[in-house]
Amino acid sequence: METAYLIETVIKIVVILLIFSALAGIGTYFERKVLAFMQRRLGPVNVGPFGLLQVAADGIKLFTKEDIVPTNVVARIFKIAPVITAATAFMAAAAIPFLPSFTLFGYEVHPIVADINIGILYILGIMGVGLYGPLLGGMASANKFSLLSAARGAAVFISYEVVTGLSILAPIMMVGSLSLIDFNEYQAGGFTSWILWSQPVAFLLFWIAAFAETGRTPFHLIANDHEIIDGFGTEYSGMRWGLFFIGEYANMFFISFVISIIFLGGYGDGSFLGAIGLLLKVAFFFFFFLWTRAAWPDVRPDQLMWLCWKVLMPIAVINIVITGIVMM
Amino acid sequence: MHNEHIEEHFNNRNVTELDSNYYMVDIADYPTDGWGKFKRVVKRSFRGELFVGLWVVLREMIKFDVHTIQYPAEKMPIGPRYRAVHEMKRLWESDAERCIGCGLCEKICISNCIRIDTKIDENSRKEVSEYSINLGRCIFCGYCAEVCPELAITHGGEYENASDQREHFIMFEDMLTPLDKMKAGTQLEFEGFGAITPHEDERVKKTPLAY
Repeated sequence: METAYLIETVIKIVVILLIFSALAGIGTYFERKVLAFMQRRLGPVNVGPFGLLQVAADGIKLFTKEDIVPTNVVARIFKIAPVITAATAFMAAAAIPFLPSFTLFGYEVHPIVADINIGILYILGIMGVGLYGPLLGGMASANKFSLLSAARGAAVFISYEVVTGLSILAPIMMVGSLSLIDFNEYQAGGFTSWILWSQPVAFLLFWIAAFAETGRTPFHLIANDHEIIDGFGTEYSGMRWGLFFIGEYANMFFISFVISIIFLGGYGDGSFLGAIGLLLKVAFFFFFFLWTRAAWPDVRPDQLMWLCWKVLMPIAVINIVITGIVMM
Repeated sequence: MHNEHIEEHFNNRNVTELDSNYYMVDIADYPTDGWGKFKRVVKRSFRGELFVGLWVVLREMIKFDVHTIQYPAEKMPIGPRYRAVHEMKRLWESDAERCIGCGLCEKICISNCIRIDTKIDENSRKEVSEYSINLGRCIFCGYCAEVCPELAITHGGEYENASDQREHFIMFEDMLTPLDKMKAGTQLEFEGFGAITPHEDERVKKTPLAY
């Protein structure tokens, strides 16, 4: 292996880690502001201009708070669970092309850590491993509400893995590759060649499943504040809780990237405009996560399971069959 | 004496009347069979109710009609009848204390938070020597202000009474209107329960002496 390649990869990893850790913080700022405006409030205003430094204040608070490991918890598992959530979120980012390749100081940069030929499979798999964060954290916490949350988390994640996988199968059949870059090249023809137009059902299913995978509001029952406190996060404090938080928000950004690249043409032809377009699409999907949180109520766990197994999964299977028939 | 009858207009809240603003919500029967349930799901899924919710919150965001009151910097106006920390008023004519030390407020106080002690001063007048209100016990019911025959103890508008101990007392001197405020003529009368009503002077009749 070349030394230059190694250095380049390490730099990319560090850049992605730094940018998305910061984005997770800024994401919380935007979430508070957007929710506040939708509820006719002001949101954070006191720290810095427009409350922008609230993120820094929260960061200082999280880093300096006491790291509490309560009695009766399984300490080793309790300590490692938040790391699993944050680490799997960032590991999934390895196969996502964040921007088209560009030239920097005469050196061509591909903004993807590893263009592996099983990109989507890898992302889905790693996101599936992310289940172990809430599951282990909740089970090790010695808290009834955390345990409930862990059980719900396992049920929701495993169920919606099915919908995610089946819904994405139809686009994979059309493109004939699992690499996200190949997906992007397939839709390089512009607006009309987006997979969204040929696979609207798969797009909707994947989008719905994304809400379950990230645990956002219509399907927020894993850490539902009003019934099970903070679920698996109840016993956590300080930076361990912060890692759960960073993992959740990084996941939201990454799943937004994945939806944009698979269904909405990604960065298109690779021009500057295409790159801006990709960022705008990601921004919209991230905004939509916040938007639904302000607008929609949560569903019950049994309704969520009903929706997954009795509605979404049959539709996904039918979608695959129809796609297959059309392609033959 | 001519008593002016004031007509008050209330909202029509009569549910039974036909012209009332109330109407029964049209609730469909709960579906019993599978086909009915399926139809309900389809109807709910494609009627676009979710988008109504999305539009409502987005509309509020665009209108940017923020209702936040940034509390320490901005405050809500409070009514003149608001019952917060007590005040002791002075007489307009002489700037002397209105309190005559009758002790009615101590008697009526239902949470036993007022303590008053009086003595006879050198002019053989009753004088308040000790007066304190335990704000940790006070429930701000307003009985003291209501019972006071001299309109001396009243409620003020100061509601920010945070303290590092619960048994926070206020003394007579702290409640008493400062003299410089009296000199400037800015003492505010309490308009709450027990206070004289406006235009009281015109309504006062002479005591009939010719029995």
